[in-house]
This record gives sequence, structure tokens and C-alpha cells, in this order.
Amino acid sequence: MSAVHPVLRARRRKEALRNLAFLSPWIIGFAVFFVYPLLSTVYFSFMHYNGFNPPTWTGGRNWSYVFTQYPLFWPALRNTLWLVVVTVTLRVVFGLGIGLLITKIRTGAGLFRTAFYLPYLAPPVAATMAFVFLLNPGTGPVNHLLGGIGLPTPGWFTDPHWSKPALTTLALWGIGDLMVIFMAALLDVPKEQYEAAELDGAGRWARFRYVTLPNISPIVMFAVVTGVIQTMQYYTQPLVAGKVASGVIGNSGQQFEPGYPDKSTLTLPQLVYNLGFQRFDYGSACVVALVLFVLAMVFTALLMRRRSGFLTAED
Amino acid sequence: MTHMTDTAPAPGAASRRTAHTPDPRAARAARRRRTLHWIAVHALGIAAAAFFVLPFVFVVLTALMTDNQALTRSLWPHPFAWSNFRTVWDTPGFLTWWRNTLVYSVAGTVLTVVSSLPVAYALARFRFRGRNLVMVLVISTMMLPPQVVIIPMYLFWTKQLHMDGTLWPLIIPMAFGDAFTIFLLRQFLLTIPKEYTEAAKVDGCGELRTLLTVIVPMIRPAIAAVALFQFFACWNDYFGPQIYASSNPAAWTLSYGLESFKGAHHTNWNLTMAATVLVMAPVIVVFFFAQKAFIEGVTLTGVKG
Repeated sequence: MSAVHPVLRARRRKEALRNLAFLSPWIIGFAVFFVYPLLSTVYFSFMHYNGFNPPTWTGGRNWSYVFTQYPLFWPALRNTLWLVVVTVTLRVVFGLGIGLLITKIRTGAGLFRTAFYLPYLAPPVAATMAFVFLLNPGTGPVNHLLGGIGLPTPGWFTDPHWSKPALTTLALWGIGDLMVIFMAALLDVPKEQYEAAELDGAGRWARFRYVTLPNISPIVMFAVVTGVIQTMQYYTQPLVAGKVASGVIGNSGQQFEPGYPDKSTLTLPQLVYNLGFQRFDYGSACVVALVLFVLAMVFTALLMRRRSGFLTAED
Repeated sequence: MTHMTDTAPAPGAASRRTAHTPDPRAARAARRRRTLHWIAVHALGIAAAAFFVLPFVFVVLTALMTDNQALTRSLWPHPFAWSNFRTVWDTPGFLTWWRNTLVYSVAGTVLTVVSSLPVAYALARFRFRGRNLVMVLVISTMMLPPQVVIIPMYLFWTKQLHMDGTLWPLIIPMAFGDAFTIFLLRQFLLTIPKEYTEAAKVDGCGELRTLLTVIVPMIRPAIAAVALFQFFACWNDYFGPQIYASSNPAAWTLSYGLESFKGAHHTNWNLTMAATVLVMAPVIVVFFFAQKAFIEGVTLTGVKG
């Protein structure tokens, strides 16, 4: 240690200071807006606190309340799992399909691409309100069209069996980002591999199965894991859909039935809001927040595995 | 990275192939197969486009209907009630929400980009112990649902700093780097050869000056992309304003205020949809001016840089 030349040591110190200076915004932000609140969340999860009286220690009571008595926890977890499995699967299949389609389109490709991409940009509240209107069972144009060609006309956001499929449809509408990512990956598949496969007599399906899929598998993995994380965070769309479909007026602060209809649109992030900001039970809200944290981190760990192609080796 | 051009074959390609085919019948069959394929692909494309575009069409058509007509099943507005947009625009609060949204989005974007740039630069260029750990932590915070830390954050901003009913609790944190912006800028920076910055260093440039005079002009498209993402993240944010601004309608944003157009007794779908159009419109207008930056940014989130 002492063998390090003083000049070298001085330079190292200068470099360390420089690194610290460049990283300082993030370091401060990480400490103040991540580490501190996360530790506080753990702390509050063992406290009884309503924001007015000073917090008091309750041990595991918030935890047992959330898991055994809070009537919304298990439905929300079940809904989240449903949405994760169904929405993510459909998003990947549909996104890949749209990606494949756009690489095949010759005439007006730019127009098609814009059409497929635009909904991704629609503000979630606006998109949700639009879909609640479009899928309105009585006056909405979708059931009008479905009825017109003799198909069943579901209740969509007003029917607990159809509200999650309606949310999934809304999610599929905003698939533009995935389409672009899949398209870039598809165009990166080496052409020679297709030609070689064709010489071997491979048909369309065989070429897709043995050339395309292996080449884009890291992107499929990326789409699955980011999709899981996004769906777990689903907040604005299910909340606004439930509120608007149930007829609650605006932001008047009027209490609404959480997860309307029949808890079917509840997701975990909504419970944090319900417990913390409507029932002022900050301790229990922190329990749900920690459940959400553990779930998010499990999937983030998966994403950072080598195979996902997400963290690039920069050397 | 950007294979945005059509992959249509060169004009001569087809005729060359025909020239090598001795049997004109086989050539005709091949041509017919190609035509059928073209038709099938484009028919599928139009069906898909209908799914993506029709919601916009119905929203605009409903925005132009009268209150009574919006409650019927007819799809085409008669008469065209252009005054709906006027009504929404003149609604008390609407212009305030518009201004709040703009302030939140612009301030948020500027602060985020300025504070994230040096961090991304350090993570892409400097070698130091713990760099990978920092990267892992950045990505972890990027994936974190905002609800996880909202309880202590809310108590901190409102009980200690008394900023309830303002957008400050949303704007101030943006001066401390944003994980997604840092991640995306770093992905861009990794694609720039080290030789450029090394040359500047040989000329005696310090790191900060290298960043500002060499790197920033080179990654202008990247900065445009992350700025747009951040701008729309703020523009679209619902949860943040709901937590901090809900108690004070003068601090609401468009995304949060939008629900108020539902009317007092029943949903005024025509006004609601007119308001929806007015909230979506800026996003769409900006997109048409900055398509390339957007698409490059999206591509870089998912593909190796």
C-alpha cells in the first residue's frame, strides 16, 4: 500500500473526487428518494400510524391484518397475477406479430408504422376514458358494431368477468414500443441464415422457428420481463376505468367502490393508495408497498441476467 | 440501429430472376404468389391499423356530437358541434391545469436531463470500483413502482415541508437524476467511440468541458429522445398529481383534471371526449415533429447498444 507513488496517489484521489462529483446528483437522489423512504417503509410497516397521532409500535399486526383480514389484498394479488400472465403473454405474441407484419409491408410502411405506434403515446388517463366510452355496453360504438354483425355484446368494464379482458385490450392497443423493439430485432437477423435455411428446404414456419426465434430470443425475454414489471405497476388504467365505469363523478373526493366491478380491477398499487390515502392506515399501506417491492425486485433480478441482453457488456 | 427504410427489393431484382427462369408458366405462378402475398400482408396490415386507429376516430367523432346525440348509438355527428371544444376550453380550471402541466413537464424535463447527463457520462466512461453496483441500483430504481416509497415520501413533503397542494414534491426530485434517463443516455454514450473524448483530453480539456463541448453536441438526438420521454412521463403522470395536488384544484394537471369532465349527473361523453382530444393533441403533434428521436429512443431501450 505504502509503495504507491505519491503522484499516483494524488491522481487517484483526484479521480475519485471527479467520479463522486459526476455521480453526486444520483447519489443524493438515491439516498434521499430511495434508501431513506424504503427504510421508513419498513419502519412504518411495524407501526400504527394515521398521520395525526404519533406512530406506535404494533409488531406484526399490520402484516397479519393485510394477509388475513384486509378483504382487498388477495383479490388484488389474484388480479395482478391474472393480468401478468394473460396480458404479458398476449403483449409478446401480438407485439411480435405486429413487428413481423410491419417488416413485410412494402407499400405505405411509414403510414402503417405511425398508426401502430401512435396509441403508445396516448396519455393513460385519456386512453382509459376513451376505452371506457368505446366499450360502454349501452352506447359505445364497439358493442354497436359487434351487435351489428351478430356477435355477443359483453358488459366490458361493468362486468367483473370482462373488465380484465377490457384492460388487456387497452394494454394491447398501446403496444407501439414493443412493435418498434421487435422490428429492430427482426431486421437485425442475418439474411444469410434465412437463405441457408431456404436452401435446406425450410418452409415459412421452419424458418421462423429455427432462424427467427433463436435470433430474437433475448428480445422476447426482455419483452416478457419488462412486461411483467409494467403490469405489476398497473395503476392509472384500472383505477380510472373503475372510477369512470362506476359513474363516480370526477375528482370530487367522493369514495368509490375500489376495483369496480366487484374488485375485478384492483391491483396491488391501488391498495397502497386505498390503505394510505383513503383509510389513513399508513402502517398497513407500507406492508402492501413492501410486498410490491419484493415482487418488483424478483423480476428485476431476472431481467438483469445475462441472457436478457439488457445490461450490455461495454468492454 | 435505425433500419427504418423499407426493405423493398431493387427494381431490377424481380426481372433478373424471371430472366433466369426458363419456364414462363413457373415465372407467372411465382409472380402470382408474390401478388397474393402482397395482398394478404396489406389486408392484415389494414385490419391491424383499424384496431389502432379506430379508437381515435370514434373519440374525435364523439367529441363533435351534441350532448343528446352522444347518448345514442349513432356514430356520425349531426350537426357537428364544434362548440364542444370551446366549452371545454372555457371550463373554469382548464387553462390553469394546462399551464400547470406545461410547467411540470418543462421544468421536470430540463432538470432531469441536466442532472442525469453527468451521471450517465460517468457510468459510460469512468472506470471505478462499484460501477457495476451503481448500474444495478440504477436499474432497480427504474423498475420500482412509485407506490413502494410513496408513504414516507408523502409524509416527508407534506408533514415536514408543508408542500401539500403543490407540484413541488414532483419537480424538486427531478434535479437528482432519473434512473430511466441515466440508463438510456448511458446506452447512447456507449456507442460513441472513446477516441473522440481521448482527443479532447489530449488537447487539455477537463472531463466536464469534454462532456459539454464534445459529447453533448454529438448526442443531441439522444438528448432529444430522453427529453421527449421525460416530457411525456410528466405530461401523462396521474399518480404524482393525485397524491400531492389533489387537495388544491389550482394545482391540478390535465391528466388529473380530465376526469372532472364527466358532468354532474351523467357522463357528458361529448365533452369528456373533447377534453380527451385536447389532452392527447399536444402529444400527437410533438410526435409528428420528433418521430425519429422517439423511435431511436425506444429501440435503444430494448436492443443492445
